[in-house]
Amino acid sequence: MYAVDFDYYRAGSLADAQKLLGDHPGAKLLAGGHSLIPLMKLRLAAPPAVVDIGRVAELRGVTLSGAAVRIGALTTHTELAASADLGRAAPALAETAAQLGDPTVRNRGTIGGNIAHADPASDLPTVLVALDARINVVGPSGHRTIDAAKFFTGLMTTSLEENEIVTSIDVPVAQPGRGSAYVKFSHPASRYAVIGAAAAITLSGGTCSSVSVAIGGLVAHARRLPSVERALTDQAPSESVVAKAAAAVAADLGRDVSGDIFASAEYRTAVAPVYVKRALLAAAARASAR
Amino acid sequence: MTVAVEPARVFGSGIRRREDPRLLTGTARYTDDIVLPGLAHAAILRSPHAHALIMRIDTSRARTAPGVLGVFTAADTDGILTPIPCCWLLPGSKLKTTPYHPLAKDAVQYVGDPVAVVVAESPYQAQDALELIDVEYEPLPAVVDPQKAAQQGAPALHAEAPDNVAFHWTVTGGDVDAAFKCADVIVRERIVQQRLIPNAMETRGAVAQFVPATGELTLWNTTQNPHIVRFVMSLVTGIPEDRLRVIAPEVGGGFGSKIAQIPGDFITVFCSMKLGRPVKWTETRTENYQSTTHGRDHVQEVELAATRDGRVTGLRCTVWAGMGGYLSTAAPGIPTILHGLMLSGPYTIPAVKEDVYGVYTNTTPVEAYRGAGRPEATFMLERMMDRLADEIGLDPVDVRRRNIIPPFQNGHDVITGLKYDSGNYEGALAKVLEHVSYDALRAEQKAARDKGRYIGIGVSLYVEICGLGPSQVAGAVGFQGGLWESAIVRFHPSGKVNVFIGASPHGQGEETTFAQIVADELGVAVTDVKVVHGDTDATPMGWGTYGSRTTAVGGAALAIATRKIKDKAKLLASHLLEAAVEDIDYSSGRFFVRGVPDRHKTIQDIALMANVAWNMPEGMEAGLEATSFYDPPNFTYPFGAHVAVVEVDPETGHVTLKRYVAVDDCGPQINPVIVEGQVHGGVVQGIGQALWEEAVYDDTGQLLTGSLADYAIPRADMLPDIEVLSTVTPSPHHPLGVKGIGEAGTIASTCTVYNAVIDALEPFKVQSVRMPLTPERVWRAIREGAERGAGAPPLDTLGAP
Ligand SMILES: Cc1cc2nc3c(=O)[nH]c(=O)nc-3n(C[C@H](O)[C@H](O)[C@H](O)COP(=O)(O)OP(=O)(O)OC[C@H]3O[C@@H](n4cnc5c(N)ncnc54)[C@H](O)[C@@H]3O)c2cc1C
Repeated sequence: MYAVDFDYYRAGSLADAQKLLGDHPGAKLLAGGHSLIPLMKLRLAAPPAVVDIGRVAELRGVTLSGAAVRIGALTTHTELAASADLGRAAPALAETAAQLGDPTVRNRGTIGGNIAHADPASDLPTVLVALDARINVVGPSGHRTIDAAKFFTGLMTTSLEENEIVTSIDVPVAQPGRGSAYVKFSHPASRYAVIGAAAAITLSGGTCSSVSVAIGGLVAHARRLPSVERALTDQAPSESVVAKAAAAVAADLGRDVSGDIFASAEYRTAVAPVYVKRALLAAAARASAR
Repeated sequence: MTVAVEPARVFGSGIRRREDPRLLTGTARYTDDIVLPGLAHAAILRSPHAHALIMRIDTSRARTAPGVLGVFTAADTDGILTPIPCCWLLPGSKLKTTPYHPLAKDAVQYVGDPVAVVVAESPYQAQDALELIDVEYEPLPAVVDPQKAAQQGAPALHAEAPDNVAFHWTVTGGDVDAAFKCADVIVRERIVQQRLIPNAMETRGAVAQFVPATGELTLWNTTQNPHIVRFVMSLVTGIPEDRLRVIAPEVGGGFGSKIAQIPGDFITVFCSMKLGRPVKWTETRTENYQSTTHGRDHVQEVELAATRDGRVTGLRCTVWAGMGGYLSTAAPGIPTILHGLMLSGPYTIPAVKEDVYGVYTNTTPVEAYRGAGRPEATFMLERMMDRLADEIGLDPVDVRRRNIIPPFQNGHDVITGLKYDSGNYEGALAKVLEHVSYDALRAEQKAARDKGRYIGIGVSLYVEICGLGPSQVAGAVGFQGGLWESAIVRFHPSGKVNVFIGASPHGQGEETTFAQIVADELGVAVTDVKVVHGDTDATPMGWGTYGSRTTAVGGAALAIATRKIKDKAKLLASHLLEAAVEDIDYSSGRFFVRGVPDRHKTIQDIALMANVAWNMPEGMEAGLEATSFYDPPNFTYPFGAHVAVVEVDPETGHVTLKRYVAVDDCGPQINPVIVEGQVHGGVVQGIGQALWEEAVYDDTGQLLTGSLADYAIPRADMLPDIEVLSTVTPSPHHPLGVKGIGEAGTIASTCTVYNAVIDALEPFKVQSVRMPLTPERVWRAIREGAERGAGAPPLDTLGAP
């Protein structure tokens, strides 16, 4: 597996990265390389140049600031999984990072690369959508912030514009009474999500005052499940109530589910509610424990 | 006076593998690590079509690309390379071979069939230039399923076999038709042994250095059998065998996929011959999936006849075994000799018949894959045992017990014509059942079921044929070689020992276990013995490492060579001690005059005296070394009993393997830790077939599972701890009693896990699910069962909508 010839540039800073992208039309950012390099080695991608941002320190790390945790785009999955701040503020995200891929992938892959690549079977987008995360980017026309739910727009496509760089992701800090969880059906070979369901529930007085749930893996990009959310809001999350609410997944997915040789669209559609149910029940259990 | 104390035997102790430090520290050197001055790099252009005529190949653009040294197609090999021979020509089977050209000539037969080769200064340049070769194909209809390929009207691959049937082989014993006529009970099943990819961690590759001035070729090749490579390479290239040296450096796993001589090896050698430069070719993983041999690929229709009380009276089956686009080196022998002859397994079955059709399909050639034929036989039998148990309402263990062959120590004739060496199948079964507390386990299963949890228990027995094998039998069944092994044991003046073997271990640990054998036989420290293998210029002839034969055959050659040395050493000792040879005793590395232990010579003393040869007895040659050729009088027949416990999630169809227990009997164990490792690896590969693995082709012959991101192989976190136990029943004919353990785990585990899953689904009356048992397939089987009703738990109790 040999990539087509390409030029390599290493950015020393974010500003440097922006300049390099501007100077080299068609150049691709290189973060952990665990999505881009396989594509290049299979010759499915052949950028004339790559701009390596791997050593840009300002893009790294998890910091707690008031109502949100800010995660630098270059933070690796291993760092996400190990972050105590993230473990408290958004446990579902930390746990997801811990079960993503394998140790090598987690040590190299970054959250910024993961969401920019926007593989439909990725895990992090689903969790970020459920947790109402916001994505900070910088580009030729300056800084902007994009809601996670609007960031993912299609199969491996995002609302990033040309030469925009993801700098960080803000995730709201979970307040008392709120619990979140991610439940994954891993592909036995790739470990990507065949189905991934993420849920966050706030309980007040035994009922769900707010419910957000997202699904990924089986559709073109991670998305919220409004029918399920509505069905559970203001209800007490008993097993049967949650199961009934989860059944509304069908209404939200419609005919958008795609399948492959491992799991057909019909099967994925049929078992999606099981994963949504399990994620909701796990989130509710945590909410009541907090 | 000192009393000689018998030291603990190193045979039987679990000393650490001496192979591991270099493997674990990354200092082992594989074929791809070989770098030679002037090394050039080859890349192979492969067919994107499963079946097509080659109309035109234009290499002109590639030839002028940067760094390119040469671009070659089949036309260039005319008069230099002959087609690749098939080396297992089954007699009496109307075998039809077809020309298997290293580079496809007029037509391609599978996606991945080599069409052209580029040699360049760097692998990148070679890859770039491949994209500049223009090939015009005329696509033809393709067929990938062996049963369909054998039907009338299927697209034909080769003019030599217009019905695609490469051979039709039959085994019979007893009157099977009569057995079915008077049977109380008949159970039938259609079983698909799906196609698997062997997935050796190191892909295939070669480095060829042809020296025009001498006409000599050195070939570094990742192979399980360097001496066979030398033989076949000589036939195909015309380079005389005495000028041809094959070196198997560190070999990163084989599992059967490094037995065959594949086109890439010959193409690499050809390029070096043409260019007069050393050339390296290393498969990418994608290439490996498309072009290194696959395994299994059987469609089996099986019928079993029995009495109402569970005595099996007959077994009848038809198997369509996919061969792929060409007959690979040993392919015809695998679904026949290594499969059909094992049909009756550990049971007394009075009548059997099997028809095996080897069928050409537009797929990658099929070869041995760990177990090679025996897992497919064990599966049929053990599956049918469970079906019979279900049909007559007996516990699966009871049905097996009603048919099991009683213990025997020295030979048991089997209906297929084989003679098993020794066996105690009941002993292995009793041990595994006791270990898992079988009755309690069944009670737990019932209690769980009452709570809506679906636990399943699978029990399988197996007996395998290994230690291949008597060369006379090899000849009689059409194998185009011998199956003996040889060993040279050489004492150096300092008392250290080198062992040279013809077999070619590649991960199994014989550098350690063979040193253990020598240490005990010669009374030297195990650290004083080094085993040399894998270089045809340095080692004596041997037929290779496969079929669990290295210890069973090569180990015997080694033991006999050490005994020859001891005989000579004793004569020399008697000479040096000036005592009659009848008065010389031996104990742990010392020869002494009987009754006078102080008058002694150590074996190291003897080694020195033999090597300096100052004082040899009349007529005795100098040196202390011996060569032995061992051709076994019979095969060896390891056996065992395995149990698996699984739980099925009825909502999603996921199977969780909760427990796996293996009791294997490979005779006396030279190194129990290595035995355990072999069982682990083998069991896990078999589990892979049951639950995860399949090479999937679409109807047009495109390989859909083209990478490790699609083809699922088991990983540690998908498995429970494997519990490994054993019994010990020595082989009566092997000098050390040992039998072989390399494939045992794989042979038993696929069916054990499969039976456990079907058992878990018993409330839904599921009788068969196609492998691998993916969540979707299991989920569908549950739903179909629930919809059929008949006492199955209704759908709405399964949780899922
Ligand atoms: C074997 C394997 C298994 C995997 N399993 C999983 C899994 O189970 N779940 C899962 O979610 N993922 C999985 N992944 C993907 C993994 O998480 C990747 O690391 C991740 O998707 C990409 O991150 P990266 O840092 O490696 O990005 P890179 O490969 O470096 O880049 C990916 C893409 O994002 C762009 N990019 C990178 N950084 C930025 C940025 N800051 N701003 C804008 N664009 C940027 C690049 O230009 C490129 O197009 C797996 C990968 C492998 C190889």
